[in-house]
Amino acid sequence: MPDTPFIDDGSNVPLSELRWPDDDLTRIPDWIYTSDEVFQRERERIFFGESWCFVALEAEIPEPGSFKRSYVGDVPVIVTRDEDGDIHVFENRCAHRGAEFCRALRGKAENFTCPYHQWMYDLKGKLMAVPFRRGDHGEGGMPKDFKLEDHNPKSLNVTTRHGVVFASFSESVESLEEYLGPENLEQFDVVFKGRKLKILGFYKNRLQGNWKLYHENLKDPYHATLLHVYLATFRLMVAGQKSAMICDESGRHSTMASAKDDNIEIGEETASQMKSAFREGMELNDPDFLNYVQEFDSPWTVTMQIIWPNLVVQRELNTLGIRHIVPRGPHALDMYWTMFGYEDDTPELERQRMKQGNLMGPSGYLGVDDNEAIKYLQDGFKHSHSQEGIVKLEPEKEGSTETLISEASVRALYRHYRQVMDI
Amino acid sequence: MASTHPAGTNLSPEEARALRFEIEEFNTEYARILDEQDIDFWPDFFTADGFYRVTAKENHDEGLPVGLVWCDGRPMMQDRAAAVKTTMVHAPRYLRHYNSNVRVTGVDTDGTIHSESNYLVIETLMEQESRIFQAGLYIDQFVREDGVLRLKARDCIYDSLLIPNDMVYPV
Ligand code: FES
Ligand SMILES: [Fe+2]
Repeated sequence: MPDTPFIDDGSNVPLSELRWPDDDLTRIPDWIYTSDEVFQRERERIFFGESWCFVALEAEIPEPGSFKRSYVGDVPVIVTRDEDGDIHVFENRCAHRGAEFCRALRGKAENFTCPYHQWMYDLKGKLMAVPFRRGDHGEGGMPKDFKLEDHNPKSLNVTTRHGVVFASFSESVESLEEYLGPENLEQFDVVFKGRKLKILGFYKNRLQGNWKLYHENLKDPYHATLLHVYLATFRLMVAGQKSAMICDESGRHSTMASAKDDNIEIGEETASQMKSAFREGMELNDPDFLNYVQEFDSPWTVTMQIIWPNLVVQRELNTLGIRHIVPRGPHALDMYWTMFGYEDDTPELERQRMKQGNLMGPSGYLGVDDNEAIKYLQDGFKHSHSQEGIVKLEPEKEGSTETLISEASVRALYRHYRQVMDI
Repeated sequence: MASTHPAGTNLSPEEARALRFEIEEFNTEYARILDEQDIDFWPDFFTADGFYRVTAKENHDEGLPVGLVWCDGRPMMQDRAAAVKTTMVHAPRYLRHYNSNVRVTGVDTDGTIHSESNYLVIETLMEQESRIFQAGLYIDQFVREDGVLRLKARDCIYDSLLIPNDMVYPV
């Protein structure tokens, strides 16, 4: 879905000409969202750097021979479970001429054969066979010193925690536990520790915005009370209710948490600030829709966790899912959603998850708002005279906070980002 | 998958043709309401206990239950219609719905009519070229209430796995 080609959209500005305005974290320059060179550096330093990237849920590859096509950054990879039950992640690119050889979204296989010249790989991602390696009737063939083991697809470092699979191009990356930090590890475990996951389905959409805007969106509780009219109208999130933004020390990960309070009074002052974000008197025809079945050991009814650089863990009442961010150049990102419940769910609970699924996703009551807002932002960055935005709310803080009216964790993210990117 | 030939159903060719025409008329009106974004009327195409879902073909093929939109009963559809109209923030757009290849696949003894048809939605944002937004298959169950057809279930199975940005209106 390319944009109209003759419009200058900021992609071509060289990195050497770019300076962060006054080194000031309250000002964010547009070029971090539009420059091709910035995006190339993000691939190298973030997605191929010292990061753990989400690639799969173990429930998607339950048996020996199960595989899934996935991405680290925008790089296609295959996630497999081998005969011994071990998980492997390797580049979905043939070592011969470079074909992206695995095309099925997921499935079961004994091995993979690249269709172009039928080089064959096993479930561990090792090259097993090259047709006509010795030539035909003594003619042609590979050089004598050609060794299969020198031509495996690039394989990645793999780690798992409670059924969630992460991969890294780095061999020196810290452990996943250290990477997440104790606060976000705790929130992660609320969803994944204990019960076995059951996959309920998939969807995907392409957002017309830079991939970092999705991170910012989930580090920006200010918008939640204003953009999302639905949240305010049905008292799912209003200024003054119990909430928190839980960041790690580095500033890259965070969890936006809130506790639904059906009895919260919206005072006159709050109501007047939120006047266009609030539809008085609107009632649900299906009153059970927002019922929350208490099923987690947590004071929060909603947690939206974003794990740098490519994973969102959604626990919105009883609808659960992960979103896998696949950056597509500076101007777009693909969002791969996997919705799940647990194997021991009652039919009623599974039904409630399906119902509340209407809140999120590409057609969600809240999801649509965010997707549209991200497109509005990117449109603003691409074709503009002005060159920067501001994030000044709650100036005395950077990182975790307890008020919704804050941009402290956006600033924390960009401190980390600037360090890694050296910009 | 059910047979696509009326001979594969328990209907005579004449009965199948008459039903097909009636369903085509129904879908024409359904498309008109969505083209005009008269979303308030959308739930009325369903029975009070009707079911509506929009899901990716990959879910349908694997028997997975999720839907982008998942409405069990008219009240949920009314809540979605109200959300589209009053709470969901979105840029203006034009939508054009096309429906074709209606095939009646069977009629149950209680009168429930099973049918399938193809659908196509073209979306136009104010500053962009028109594009195919979604191609898919309706898998329907109709019943008659006071002589008029209503949907007891409409499963919209889309081929267009990668949704462009978002889906505001039902299809
Ligand atoms: S490109 Fe894969 S075998 Fe030649
Ligand atoms: Fe949001």
